[in-house]
Amino acid sequence: MVTLVLFIAFAIIALVGALGVVISRNPVHSALWLVATLLSMAGFFILEGAYLVSAVQVIVYASAIVVLFLFVIMLLGVDREESLSDPLKVQRPVALMLGLVVFALLIGLMGNHWATGGESATAALNSGGGGNVERVAREIFTTYLWPFELTSALLVVAVVGGVALARRSRRAEAASEVAP
Amino acid sequence: MIITPTWYLVLAAALFAIGAVGMLVRRNVIVMFMCVELMLNAVNLTFVTFSKTLNDLSGQVAVFFVLVVAAAEVAIGLALIVAIFRRRHTGTTADDISELRG
Repeated sequence: MVTLVLFIAFAIIALVGALGVVISRNPVHSALWLVATLLSMAGFFILEGAYLVSAVQVIVYASAIVVLFLFVIMLLGVDREESLSDPLKVQRPVALMLGLVVFALLIGLMGNHWATGGESATAALNSGGGGNVERVAREIFTTYLWPFELTSALLVVAVVGGVALARRSRRAEAASEVAP
Repeated sequence: MIITPTWYLVLAAALFAIGAVGMLVRRNVIVMFMCVELMLNAVNLTFVTFSKTLNDLSGQVAVFFVLVVAAAEVAIGLALIVAIFRRRHTGTTADDISELRG
């Protein structure tokens, strides 16, 4: 009963937040609606017993990524209302229709074994000792060790790329002064 | 009344569709990025749900990797937006950067 109430509450927050992201005219409001959706996602993860993922969701998504969004919005000074009128009149209805098609397709694929796979491949959810954190950690550091190491390389590349892109080089500055 | 995995899957599908529509409808590049995050989150919810349904921990590990890739993607994407904005001093709508020249 409690789970049901929690599920419905989180579902409403998640859907309203998602709609808020799309509908808000101000990017800052969009980012704040995004926080609502991300936090309710963390709630769903707890309801499903994925405690480590839930904590990581709050730490990485709801704080780090959203703060980065807000930081860039403030840095660029684009935190003003924008008109939602569209130069292409057809685009919005077509997009809505495509969205409905995507939704219907996902619902259709959901129950099919050939699409979702029906067999458990590796470690069982409740086998072995320890809590959820320990079991996920064991899985990452044994079965998925190489992908895990590769993500560190990915993060290094992302950091270097971010610095290289956002850095204001002297030459570019001089060029922009000459040709505005 | 028991919550079946189907409920989670329907919710995830709805969130994914909302994110996709937002991506198509909005012109602000930053908001489009947020819609990508919405879609990634919907997929994460699906992963965790199947992890529970199939009694398989790999789903949760996959969410972990999706999170890492999303973090890298946001860092690079926002750096790109900042770089474009600095260079062109226009708005941050996708229409402003439709030409393929610096």
